Amino acid sequence: MQINRRSFLQMGALAGGGLALNLYQSPQAAAQGPGKPPDLTPQAFIQIAPDGIVTIMARASETGQGMRNMLPMLIAEELDVEWKDVRVQQADLNEKKYGLQFSGGSANTPAGWEPMRRVGAAGRELLITAAAQTWNVPATECTTQPGRVIHAGSGRSAGYGELAAKAAALPAPALESVKLKDPKDYRIIGHSQAGVDTHSIVTGKPVFGIDLKLPGMLYASIEKAPVFAGKVKTANLDVVKALPGVRHVLVIEGGITPAAFTPWEPGMEPGIAIVADTWWQAQQARKQLKVDWDLGPAAAQTSDGFRKRAGELLQAPPAKTLRKYGDVDAALKSSAKVVEATYEYPFIAHATMEPQGCTAHWKDGKLEMWTTSTLPVDGRGLVAKTLGIQESDITTHMVRGGGSFGRRLQNDYAVEAAWIAKRIDAPVKLLWSREDDVTHDPFRPGGTVGLKAGLDAQGKLTGWRHHLVTFGDEKNNAPGGGIGSDTYPSGFAPAYALYTSAQPLMLRCGAMRAPGDNAYCWVSQSFLDEMAHEAGRDPLEFQLELLSNKQAPWKSSGKDEVGDHEPTGASVLIPERFKGVLELVAEKSGWANRPKVAGRGMGIAAWFCHLGYFAEVADVSVDASNKVTVHHVWAAGDVGSQIINPQAAESMGFGGVIDGMSEMGQEITLVEGKIQQTNFHQHAILRMRQTPPIEVYWRKTDYAPTGLGEPTLPPILPAVSNAIFAATGKRIRTLPLQRSGFSWA
Amino acid sequence: MPLTLTVNKVTTTVDVSPDTPLLWVLRDVLNYTGTKYGCGMGLCGACTVLLDGKAVRSCMTRVSGAVGRAITTIEGLSPDGLHPLQVAWEAIDVPQCGYCQAGQIMSAAALLARTPHPTDAEIDTAMSGNLCRCGTYPRIRQAIHEAAGAHAAAQSEGGSPNADQS
Repeated sequence: MQINRRSFLQMGALAGGGLALNLYQSPQAAAQGPGKPPDLTPQAFIQIAPDGIVTIMARASETGQGMRNMLPMLIAEELDVEWKDVRVQQADLNEKKYGLQFSGGSANTPAGWEPMRRVGAAGRELLITAAAQTWNVPATECTTQPGRVIHAGSGRSAGYGELAAKAAALPAPALESVKLKDPKDYRIIGHSQAGVDTHSIVTGKPVFGIDLKLPGMLYASIEKAPVFAGKVKTANLDVVKALPGVRHVLVIEGGITPAAFTPWEPGMEPGIAIVADTWWQAQQARKQLKVDWDLGPAAAQTSDGFRKRAGELLQAPPAKTLRKYGDVDAALKSSAKVVEATYEYPFIAHATMEPQGCTAHWKDGKLEMWTTSTLPVDGRGLVAKTLGIQESDITTHMVRGGGSFGRRLQNDYAVEAAWIAKRIDAPVKLLWSREDDVTHDPFRPGGTVGLKAGLDAQGKLTGWRHHLVTFGDEKNNAPGGGIGSDTYPSGFAPAYALYTSAQPLMLRCGAMRAPGDNAYCWVSQSFLDEMAHEAGRDPLEFQLELLSNKQAPWKSSGKDEVGDHEPTGASVLIPERFKGVLELVAEKSGWANRPKVAGRGMGIAAWFCHLGYFAEVADVSVDASNKVTVHHVWAAGDVGSQIINPQAAESMGFGGVIDGMSEMGQEITLVEGKIQQTNFHQHAILRMRQTPPIEVYWRKTDYAPTGLGEPTLPPILPAVSNAIFAATGKRIRTLPLQRSGFSWA
Repeated sequence: MPLTLTVNKVTTTVDVSPDTPLLWVLRDVLNYTGTKYGCGMGLCGACTVLLDGKAVRSCMTRVSGAVGRAITTIEGLSPDGLHPLQVAWEAIDVPQCGYCQAGQIMSAAALLARTPHPTDAEIDTAMSGNLCRCGTYPRIRQAIHEAAGAHAAAQSEGGSPNADQS
């Protein structure tokens, strides 16, 4: 089984903390080093009650991608039980027992596909062994039907519930030795299973981080400076302490020194924590705060200044060469036609529907916390370091989060809650207001890209010069602001150069769903569309030809900042898969016969990221006042041989498209270091009336299954902006749409 | 000051400042945490509850304004979790992260109460004040049609024809 072997090796890399965690350059996680993956046992994940009800532990956090279904479904399939008899329970943080407990980088599917099925199969093997010993028959003569072990020869059978106690006491078989089902026999995988929390959600049960309540719990809110890392000089603390319901007012000194490069987890942001009997009282007290802030050097930052400096850097020789092959300057010089363009995309905020927060309880020198983090092992490490305690003194419960999109990979809110809990010696729930959440987000960094490409007399691409102006210092790019040296069309353009330059940024950035790719796809796929247009060719045909070029061999430089393009070199972009989704979406959308009508047009784009391939087509009209309506979207995805939970997978496709459309209208700007947007009226999410019908199609290929959180999103941005060009002849080179004179209808 | 509220047909007295938003009384005083905080400005709809059957944003409704009126939260939409919208939401598995869904369902309940068989346009109008960051809108449309008994309409829009293709 070549596929299984390959995915098992992939899993090794992921579980070792190498590939997946490096995606986000998490220092704490990376510091763990590439250790041996833990030995997983079925006993850790599976409990079977005497009545046959099976409890399966969900090891990964859940923020909406369906991880509490997907991973347990893999176990249940191979255990051979009915899904209706399964109860899913969220595991606490314990990576020694459960392995990887990280939800990011669309990594749970590739990381869980093989080991979770093997855990289930090992559980089945234990139950068979228990039955065989009871009946004194060879285990090889026993089989299973869902929930039962059968010995056909003697006509005996026993329910899993009857065998569980005996099976649990047996030594677990080596996972690599267990036999897995033939996919054609799947009864759970590939069949839609509704979310295990759906009933609780639609009946209003307390399942989210914000819903947690402990006896004697107080509520906290934190006032932070209007400028990143600004410090408290003086404040009217005594006045605020006397306000109704207020129990504690604590000054947070913080641990951030503003510098050109702000790391992934820079330390606590300074501020004033107000702890009260209710959150509303804490919020009311905040309004009475009078703080004299030392705003620090970040107060000099403005978006206009960033734009001006980016323009200067584009004119200067690039600071770094990430990749160069062929003689790109010579190729451009000898081209029949050369096209130059500058693309610009803004900072944007995560704005998860549930604002950040965390509940923590300090008692007898130990901390218990309930966190929505999607990288809780990092959070525990940071809390231990900040509080000066051992990680073994921390119990971490993983609570459902109301969206993440990369936000909850960072653990600042958990550190704050833990810090407050230790200071007040009581259980406390910290909740950020929406305004806190938008203005103190770890933003998706903006960027400016200078592009230059050439065409020969036949309209074929000759060379591509790509200069990304990002943020950071001489050594490090802002988190989410690096670019992989193999980022498409690297490797396919006959001659190519990828350069970067960086300007300082005293602001925290992070990973936004499909980090890097959510911007780079828009830039490259828009400029490819430009080149096709300049060549007088169909953009689909132009791109298929590019993908047929002999690939320039790529090898890891060890400095791959984005990393999801497989720094192991095991799986670089496979052109047949990229072409496959393009061809499928073209067929489904009727691309070849698209109508040519003034004011209406279709755009196409595709991308490879996080091991998945997606192509999308948007049908768009633009009215006389440049209001944009998206009438229909078609999406085609290739994430390997198996769609594990089809209806949920399709929902992820819808979500990626809608989320990507939202991003096209969003921006975060700074004036004198202050974030200008505070809430949804200034950082809008797409509304139902603006949402087109979306069709999602799968192209099944003979590769191990990979994730859907990220790769569904990037292509929709250029699909829409290319469609706007088709409709109007106007090229969108600056996002958000409003900065190019367009807006959503 | 003591205020008497009727939440999900249960009358109770709370001692809070009368200008406290209903949202925070529901969540932190009365433990009806199904109603969610999203923006505090009436921009996102996560906090939607029914006041005498009409959808309101509880983050912008002073608790004093809810005295003497019937307050319905997601917990009280049906006695058994079997309101047609809840059944449809489960059948179609609408939620992704799920955080906005209580507000979505309450807005939909107010819509169906006044328009039992809404068109797509009526759904869009009624629901466009409820934001969903995950992008569950196609599923929500489908679920409202399903709850309204309009199966044919649900199939003609939103969801793909290949929902269960595997």
